Amino acid sequence: MSDFPFLLLMIAVPAVGAAVVAALPRGRDLLAKQISLGVSLVVLLLAVLATVAFDAGGDRFQLTSSVSWIEDFGVSFALGVDGIALVMLLLIGVLVPVVIGASWDDEPVGTRSMTVFFAWILLLEALMVGVFAATDVFLFYVFFEAMLVPMYFLIGSFGGPRRQYAAVKFFLYSLVGGLIMLAAVIGLYVVSANQGEGSFAFEVLNAIDIDPDVQKLLFLGFFVAFAIKAPLVPFHTWLPDAGAEAPVGGAVLLVGVLDKVGTFGFLRYCLPLFPDASRDFAPYVLALAVAGVLYAALLAMGQSDMKRLVSYTSVAHFGFIALGIFVFTTEAATGAVLYMVNHGLATGLLFLVVGMLIARGGSRRISDYGGVAAQAPVLAGVFLVAGLASLALPGTNSFVSEFLVLVGSYPSRPVFTIVATVGIILAALYVLLMYQRTMHGPARGLMGGHDLATPDGGEPAGPAGDTGGATATATVTAAPATARRVPDLSRREIAVASPLVALIIVLGVYPQPLIDLIEPAVAATISDVGGDPGGAEPQADTDAARTEAGN
Amino acid sequence: MIEAPDLDYAALAPLLFLFGAACIGVLVEAFARREVRHPVQLAVALVGTVGGFLSAILLASTRELSGDGADVTAGDALAVDGAGIFLQATIAGLGALSILLFAERALDPARSSFVAAAAVPAGSPRDRELLTSERVQTEVYPLATFALGGMMLFVAANDLLVMFVALEVLSLPLYLMCGLARRRRLLSQEAAVKYFLLGAFASAFFLYGLALVYGATGSVRLSAVQEAVTDGGGDTLLVLGLALLIVGLMFKASVAPFHTWTPDVYQGAPTPVTAFMAACTKVAAFGAILRLLYVGFGTDEWTWRPLIYGIAIVSMIVGAVLGLTQTDLKRMLAYSSIAHAGFLLTGVLGFDATGDSPGLSATMFYLLVYGLTTIGAFAVLTMIRDGDGEATHLSSWAGLAQRSPVIAAVMTLFLLALAGIPLTSGFTGKFAVFRAAIDDGAWPLVVVALLTSAVAAFFYLRVVVLMYFSEPAPDGPTVGVPGLPTTIVLAVTAAATLVLGVVPGSVLDLAGQAANLVG
Repeated sequence: MSDFPFLLLMIAVPAVGAAVVAALPRGRDLLAKQISLGVSLVVLLLAVLATVAFDAGGDRFQLTSSVSWIEDFGVSFALGVDGIALVMLLLIGVLVPVVIGASWDDEPVGTRSMTVFFAWILLLEALMVGVFAATDVFLFYVFFEAMLVPMYFLIGSFGGPRRQYAAVKFFLYSLVGGLIMLAAVIGLYVVSANQGEGSFAFEVLNAIDIDPDVQKLLFLGFFVAFAIKAPLVPFHTWLPDAGAEAPVGGAVLLVGVLDKVGTFGFLRYCLPLFPDASRDFAPYVLALAVAGVLYAALLAMGQSDMKRLVSYTSVAHFGFIALGIFVFTTEAATGAVLYMVNHGLATGLLFLVVGMLIARGGSRRISDYGGVAAQAPVLAGVFLVAGLASLALPGTNSFVSEFLVLVGSYPSRPVFTIVATVGIILAALYVLLMYQRTMHGPARGLMGGHDLATPDGGEPAGPAGDTGGATATATVTAAPATARRVPDLSRREIAVASPLVALIIVLGVYPQPLIDLIEPAVAATISDVGGDPGGAEPQADTDAARTEAGN
Repeated sequence: MIEAPDLDYAALAPLLFLFGAACIGVLVEAFARREVRHPVQLAVALVGTVGGFLSAILLASTRELSGDGADVTAGDALAVDGAGIFLQATIAGLGALSILLFAERALDPARSSFVAAAAVPAGSPRDRELLTSERVQTEVYPLATFALGGMMLFVAANDLLVMFVALEVLSLPLYLMCGLARRRRLLSQEAAVKYFLLGAFASAFFLYGLALVYGATGSVRLSAVQEAVTDGGGDTLLVLGLALLIVGLMFKASVAPFHTWTPDVYQGAPTPVTAFMAACTKVAAFGAILRLLYVGFGTDEWTWRPLIYGIAIVSMIVGAVLGLTQTDLKRMLAYSSIAHAGFLLTGVLGFDATGDSPGLSATMFYLLVYGLTTIGAFAVLTMIRDGDGEATHLSSWAGLAQRSPVIAAVMTLFLLALAGIPLTSGFTGKFAVFRAAIDDGAWPLVVVALLTSAVAAFFYLRVVVLMYFSEPAPDGPTVGVPGLPTTIVLAVTAAATLVLGVVPGSVLDLAGQAANLVG
């Protein structure tokens, strides 16, 4: 079973699907949607089967395959997953069908065709799987950069009013990071070539010793790329723009999966390959991470645009993830990986539900909504679940991960941990404020049926005994009030949201299966960097790690 | 009594094809009837270029050019080695594609992008009359074949004097071809004069450098120069000579700070000729640069590295930064070509006097992929037209994807390749040259190169943004339906751009095997 090429198929199936969908004639939108949904469900099935075939206690990399690709460069098309990559593949498998379902009724801007949208989504899926499944640094880089292209077109072609600006900003930020990483990738190859056979294979590179000064440079090369991707403050400014302007489906994949490549990169590449440099730079990274938690939370509170707000919450969450990674304990890093999954689910759902609200109201401004819960209780309920999961309420999935990160971080980095904890309180504030303003209270703004343009829109009909003119205004504004009544979630929307709601609750109550998958891989990573791998790892490996660290 | 040198005709076959076709072309021009001239000229030029291409490949496959088979011929004036043949094949192949662009007759209402009679003053009554006539001018084919012959001689020249002759053979037809545009004739003629004047200066520089090197070493043969360099080290005369030779060559390669002609000439010249210059001339000039630096001055005793290092940085920065400010696509691609010249120079730095030089194969590969992509990009430019000819202003490209999704997609592919995005040939090429440079320890240069790549990516992306994300202007240009020649060019270049990005292995191998220069 484990010889079955799961990973290759998970790349090839959506890639072929994308080509097929792109080749459909214009106007065959329904067929395109059906093919896309089918393909994404196949990928989900493959991801689940791959998880079944994966032996959590076995080798670090499993389901491996390797084909020489560009011999002249020493590059192989080498795939394989550890527990960390595997859970990310599961996340992709879950999110893409959800995104396709959520975008089912989207109307394209102008004369564009929605078939193209679904083709880009499938291509993006193929490349996202590739980026997590690559065990060759060059191959990783190729997927890392190629991934930008579909996302760029998703934002630029199907996004909001400032989509051109957002798309270019997104592309250039990521490209600059990627190019700096490219220098480090080549540098890594040259280092390995100087110590014998030049290689890009992760396992070879992991085994070589790199001079500490060189390590620092290479670490920075990788770090900047990942910090832009993740994004950490101060490299984050592209995300609110991209997140706000992207179509909802694109935004879910952007913050749900694409950004995780950054934190995944920290764990897969920065820590194991450059252990000395990682330890040297850890305090600075932690400072950035904690600063990000607080700063982004404060900014989130100040947002009037819901999609920007959700984007900023992501920046804050990425601070937590980075904190968990750079304290070098297995517990915290396991929490961080779990957080990556949970954030994908929770923020993904939050983006979806915000998108559904925007689809009803036609505005992204918080102040344009109020009292939606009374008219659309299911929408409000899903919104509440997503919000509570975002602020990590016990019983939701995020609580487990946040708790693990904080508990794992406290012993070695108490100050950073305590400061980061403040972020939890801020998270409660910004999420609940948005929820309260839009869902409860008097029907306001667009929901109240009064156009924002009329300054007295909040008042019912003006005082009694008003002049005839004012009454006329009131009747005029009353007409759209009935038209603007918020419909509750449709069956399709419920079908889209329910898997995520279910996962949020199930993983909040019983996260153990995921932790079992993640922990051995994290322990191996932490022992690479010479941190405290904790009790989960067999004793022999820990000793080996200590000796390695001692050398 | 002067003894005639031995000629290795098989090794000279690629050159003979081109020069033969050029001479026949001149005769056709003189004797064939006007009605049949165009097809005959086209056939002659294609036979010449394709024949040159095939004979170079045949030569490479029958001889052990990377080992003992590498030799010199024609009284030591010409090198027959892997790199020379690889570059000759590249030039001939790219030349054949350019000639197909010359032959396109479906796009322009007047059936050609070349002026019917170049000597008629622009704007005169006779000129206006010719503007609508369907008379086609055919001198451009022999001119292009002569230029191609010169270029192929240029990359094989083992002797500075032959190199100079080749430089002139390739340059003179180019000056003429720049002035042949059917539309915007004044701009075209201005470009031709500019190119000629500056080119003449550059030739003078080269000639003066040649004289100084001869003075210092007593020989114009590259191998003799190298011996002198190794023995005598860098004496002033030699260093000055090298500097002047470099100036001459860098001018042809449009490397900043010797680039000032490039934007004007690229813009003014007929677009097929611009494609020809951007692809073939670049290959030829870099072929000569490689030979001069690696064979003539490639020793451990002293080094030209600081010079090239500096020029590379200037060229990348000038190309990328000034490219940002351009609003005309042809000028933008001209600055892009300047930036790419800088990237190519980073590859040139990967030289190792003692063993095999990764820089040589990397630079050759880069030349090939850059040439293919550039020809493709200019081919797309020839198709976007308004009433005034080609619409090269950026604003007229708005919303192109909605008018013509296929053309927009192909152009996007070329632009992504020029920007160096993975899975396109541009990335493979960049990776190869950067790796060669880092191997050589030039990582600060590579960091600069990567940052300028990011800057340059902005202006490539801007075109993509315009094509895809903007609404088309109501009176925007139309996308011409290309005839067979342009379709072939687009198909070949787009396929190559994609294939060399996804599975570049075999061509990289080929470049790797071909990477040797006879000393």
